[in-house]
Amino acid sequence: MDQIAALIIQIAYGIANLALISLGLAIIFGMMRVINLAHGEFLMLGGYTVVVATNNGVNLWVAMLILAPLVVGVIGVIVERLLIRWLYGRMVDTLLATWGLSLLLIGIVTSIFGASTATTVSVPIGVIRIGEYTVSGYDIFLIFVTLCLGAAVFAVLKLTKLGLVARGTMQNAQMASALGVSTSRIYMITFGLGAAVSGLAGGLLAPVTGVLPTIGATYIAKAFITVISGGASILTGTAAGSVLLGGINGIVAYITGPTFGEVALLVAAIILLRLMPRGITGRFFRKSL
Amino acid sequence: MNSGSTLRAMRPTFIFAAIGIVFMLFAPQVLALFTIINLTTAIALAILALSLALVWGYGGILCFGQVAFFGLGAYAYTIGAINFGGSTWAILLAVAVAAAFAAVVGYFMFYGRVSDVYLGVITLTVTLILYSLIRRTSGPEYKIGNALLGGFNGVGSPPLNLPWNARAFLFPEQVFYVAMAALILAYVFAGWLVTTHFGRVCVAIRENETRAELLGYDARAYKLGIFTISAGIAGLAGVFFCNGVGRVTPDVFGLYNAALTIIWVIVGGRGTLIGPIIATFGLFYLTASLGGQQTLNNNLVLGIILIVFVLLVPRGLAPTIADWFTQGRRGRVGAERAARRARRRAGAAEGGK
Repeated sequence: MDQIAALIIQIAYGIANLALISLGLAIIFGMMRVINLAHGEFLMLGGYTVVVATNNGVNLWVAMLILAPLVVGVIGVIVERLLIRWLYGRMVDTLLATWGLSLLLIGIVTSIFGASTATTVSVPIGVIRIGEYTVSGYDIFLIFVTLCLGAAVFAVLKLTKLGLVARGTMQNAQMASALGVSTSRIYMITFGLGAAVSGLAGGLLAPVTGVLPTIGATYIAKAFITVISGGASILTGTAAGSVLLGGINGIVAYITGPTFGEVALLVAAIILLRLMPRGITGRFFRKSL
Repeated sequence: MNSGSTLRAMRPTFIFAAIGIVFMLFAPQVLALFTIINLTTAIALAILALSLALVWGYGGILCFGQVAFFGLGAYAYTIGAINFGGSTWAILLAVAVAAAFAAVVGYFMFYGRVSDVYLGVITLTVTLILYSLIRRTSGPEYKIGNALLGGFNGVGSPPLNLPWNARAFLFPEQVFYVAMAALILAYVFAGWLVTTHFGRVCVAIRENETRAELLGYDARAYKLGIFTISAGIAGLAGVFFCNGVGRVTPDVFGLYNAALTIIWVIVGGRGTLIGPIIATFGLFYLTASLGGQQTLNNNLVLGIILIVFVLLVPRGLAPTIADWFTQGRRGRVGAERAARRARRRAGAAEGGK
């Protein structure tokens, strides 16, 4: 019984982790049809924000939950103004330009902080006992934060005026701008929000994974495969993609060890795309958010 | 198309191939051995760039994971050469493994009707998963035949030897000849392929897939075909790469290499074969000279190059330069030239929107 409970928490954490690293990407992709290959570097910047802030005496929770999204969100807005907005509608070029951005950010961070960091942020919550098994309390906290984040994105999109305008722009940008919506501003805000969510995720994961200039590469493959498997709907897609792939990863990793967990995740995603090229939400729950 | 017009269409290919042969014959006489060994690595990368130029420039398939086939080729060669005790079959194995892997991945992608940008993301993901998979194989239990995979540290690659004679190892200088010959042959092969019926159908599909399908061509099969061929060429590139470097490590699958490959083709120009090859040599020497100093990071420079080319020279160098030439030759009358320029500018502005 205890073992099953521990296993369920383990798998739930895997799913939450996938959802957390994918949500920022999903917002940008779902709203703007922009594939942001610098997504991993946004996560990395979130991690660095936390490290720099805590080294300067800022409370860890403030650094993770407030500073990381704020800093990366601002960077996102700057990037959108300088780079992305010239390339709307040219999907392949955006992809390439954001890849260049990804290399550029890795280069800048390496030049400033060096190729490896000695500073680590320790995990702020201790372990929790379930019978003879222990689970990391921080894992449970991350599951909780992911759920809150999903609820917050849902609330913004569904309940606020900004969300309404943004959804309108997403459905038909020309019609929205004909009705007096500044689509350019909406895109800027959306990109900034997506970046902020990525920064938050990167900041939250910094204590678990540590920070390196090249850490983005470990996130990006999983984030992309989750978003693409999920399809165009932001929340449902991310949720469906991470539940399916995270579940498969968790179960296979439990049976055979971590190496094959990731392989199983990839194989499952490729087969899924063979069956549903537009992702899960391209076939089911089409009208969802 | 009859053979006469094929030859005419391939004339530039033969000219560049002839320049390559001259270079191959004279370079070892002029250059130091160290430079020659470095050049072998650059040649391997140029073959890789050629493979991507073929599949992306002519097939219109945005493959971000060309290094997956490159790395698989390198690993297959190394493992094969260690187990067979000779490089002859190992080379064939490398090409076959790369092509077979591409055929399987390509089947899922093209027959699943995965469209261009998704394609890029999937191929990139495949590469990164291979990277993390091979990095984990450091224990003694991960071995294929006699070859330990070695995880993070990789495997030492046996050098090439004369066909069917495993004891006659080639010296670095001789490996250079073989690599250069392979590059020229692969270039001529690719140049020939794009003039064949098959190649022209691939270009038609790149231009307008729906129209090509309505004319009765199965786009999926043609895409899978050119994807597989190009992966085979990338596998061959892997053989020479691990010969030039002396070992193969999981880094061949890394994001940095994947990005480099894309950058060569972007800088050289999509839709040409010689452009990416020349861009590879140029950027190889740029990064090699940057590697010696500390202030400018390689990633930083490559990132800037990629962004600048995407924003300002989206067609790449070779087509842009070719444009200057034709413009210079045709537009002798000043007024005509000005009119042409104005028209082009209008066209570019329209295309930019």
